[in-house]
Amino acid sequence: MDLSAINPILLVASLMVAATPILLAAVGELVAEKAGVLNLGVEGMMITGAICGFAIAVETGSPVMGFLAAAIGGALLSLIFGVLTQYLLSNQVATGLALTLFGLGFSSLIGQGYIGIKPPSTEKLDIPLLSDIPVLGPILFNHDLMVYVALALVAAVWAVLKFTRTGLILRAVGENHDAAHALGYKVVRVRLLAIMFGGGCAGLGGAYLSLIRVPQWTEGMTAGAGWIALAIVVFGSWRAGRVLLGAYLFGGVTVLQLNLQAAGMAIPVEYLSMSPYLITIAVLVIMSADKSRAALSAPACLGRVFHASS
Amino acid sequence: MIRLERRPSPSRFWTALTPVLAVVATMIAGGVMFAALGKDPFEAIRTIFWDPIFNEQFAAFSRPQLLVKAAPLILIAIGLSLGFRAGVWNIGAEGQYIMGAICGAGVGLAFYPAESFVIFPLMVIAGGLGGFLWAMIPGVLRVAFRTNEILVSLLLVYVAEFMLASMSLGLLRNPEGAGFPGSRNLKAYPSAHNAELIAGTGMHWGVVAAFVAVIFAYVLLSRHMLGFQIKLAGQAPRAARFGGVNPSRLILFCLGISGILAGAAGLFEVSGPAGQISIDFNVGYGFTAIIVAFLGRLNPIGILLAGLLMALTYIGGELAQFMLGVPAAAIQAFQGMLLFFLLAVDVLSNFRIRIGRREVV
Repeated sequence: MDLSAINPILLVASLMVAATPILLAAVGELVAEKAGVLNLGVEGMMITGAICGFAIAVETGSPVMGFLAAAIGGALLSLIFGVLTQYLLSNQVATGLALTLFGLGFSSLIGQGYIGIKPPSTEKLDIPLLSDIPVLGPILFNHDLMVYVALALVAAVWAVLKFTRTGLILRAVGENHDAAHALGYKVVRVRLLAIMFGGGCAGLGGAYLSLIRVPQWTEGMTAGAGWIALAIVVFGSWRAGRVLLGAYLFGGVTVLQLNLQAAGMAIPVEYLSMSPYLITIAVLVIMSADKSRAALSAPACLGRVFHASS
Repeated sequence: MIRLERRPSPSRFWTALTPVLAVVATMIAGGVMFAALGKDPFEAIRTIFWDPIFNEQFAAFSRPQLLVKAAPLILIAIGLSLGFRAGVWNIGAEGQYIMGAICGAGVGLAFYPAESFVIFPLMVIAGGLGGFLWAMIPGVLRVAFRTNEILVSLLLVYVAEFMLASMSLGLLRNPEGAGFPGSRNLKAYPSAHNAELIAGTGMHWGVVAAFVAVIFAYVLLSRHMLGFQIKLAGQAPRAARFGGVNPSRLILFCLGISGILAGAAGLFEVSGPAGQISIDFNVGYGFTAIIVAFLGRLNPIGILLAGLLMALTYIGGELAQFMLGVPAAAIQAFQGMLLFFLLAVDVLSNFRIRIGRREVV
């Protein structure tokens, strides 16, 4: 094994790229969960976003259009979940699973004609001057636009949740939907919007995978990224900053194990590939083992059905 | 305005009728989807739901397949339904299925080429044990650390898939296989082969186990104290706690039993219809079983019927793929749609629909 082949600067730089799809999906799910909705369909929305973005980017030749289409596709799929859980009062766990199963089938149905095609490439920003700074330059300032969009989105979600009236209403709906209803807030409407925001973000995350990270379309290419995003929301104890941390931690593990594979470590490839999932589980265990924290930070109405008469 | 009024208790009439409604709605929506793909919708629906059983040309082949495909679905769904009733969400049955197959096949291959009647029973036990232990990971973590069992069980599916790849490329690879991935074929090893019990029916030991599981679950839920506790814990967790139900024990029981059944299903599949451990051995029965459990209303008899129906969509889907060129993914989307419609029409059994002026509540 040759560990010196691993370049630490490149490692950290590719960590940011590896973390971006999960970060996007996790921050969207964070907003939905803050509004009291547990949407387990992240995986389905991501893969739908991945194929919608890929197909539109290939057809139009523009990655920007692709990302827009991915966000719309993800949001539309999440709307199914929204209508079922908010108007038809179905179980959120079961409906989320249905969304994932449907999304996986639906995406490979659309994606049939797109296997083996290369998408139009997204150029890196290469910010002048800043990217020339030694060490920090290639790490921070030499990425494609979406990496920064994801970071901006995290900052925006954090600020909106913490400082604005909108954020307060959203949190009120998630903490106690009956009280929010009594105060005259439209619980169902707020939740629908939060769900669609989550769907849009998950779609963007999926498109980042198919357009930039891989970049190719293969069936089931999200490979559990949506579930890891869900775990990262729990890991982040429903706070935007910690979700960012969790996503970068996961990105770090992924990139490191890929580098170890390339460096020819003595452990078989399959066991190295398992490691991101195992570490996610370990992190979940550590977070939930702390009794006081886990119980206090989850939105109180998470996963509960709201019906005005009850 | 349309508004919903909660029923004092779920309507039995609608509870029985909603799965039928959902299937009909899925056929209509599926027809639209097939039409959008440029296929004749009526022909597609007929090929999926009618031809596998009644078309003279295909029925001889596809009727036995019905039992072969339904057995793992029913076995897994029965286990899942107990957990779903108690509010224990094991959605990683696919992983338990894989681990059961690996452990069971591993035991069988360890005896190769010895012949003895004890080998197959030992394999079944090993398969159940493999699934059981894999399901105990989320179970113990949930009980000891309150870790969300949904996420852990699901993430373990990916771990199990890598394990499967590792096994078929390494430990269990056929030494006489010229370097190709995949284990020895158990069909060629009589002591370990889960052969058809009655030729031409598709009836193998897994089918027997599925029927036994249905009866077992039915008795458990309607006659046994534990079944009552499962139902109570799902509907009123607080009342269950006061009633002396031990939640930790219940969580471990529900996850354990679904793990055993999923593991056994994996073993019956690998030693019979599939024949060998290979990288693409698992075909998603563990996930489809979730649909089966809901379609069967978490009721053992319902699951039996739902399993047969889902098996029909698998076989009919393959037929439609072959005859009409309907893509395989369309069937997967079709199955997902079924769950959507099922959850949507469920509102009818819990709520009354009132049409009238809306009041402020």
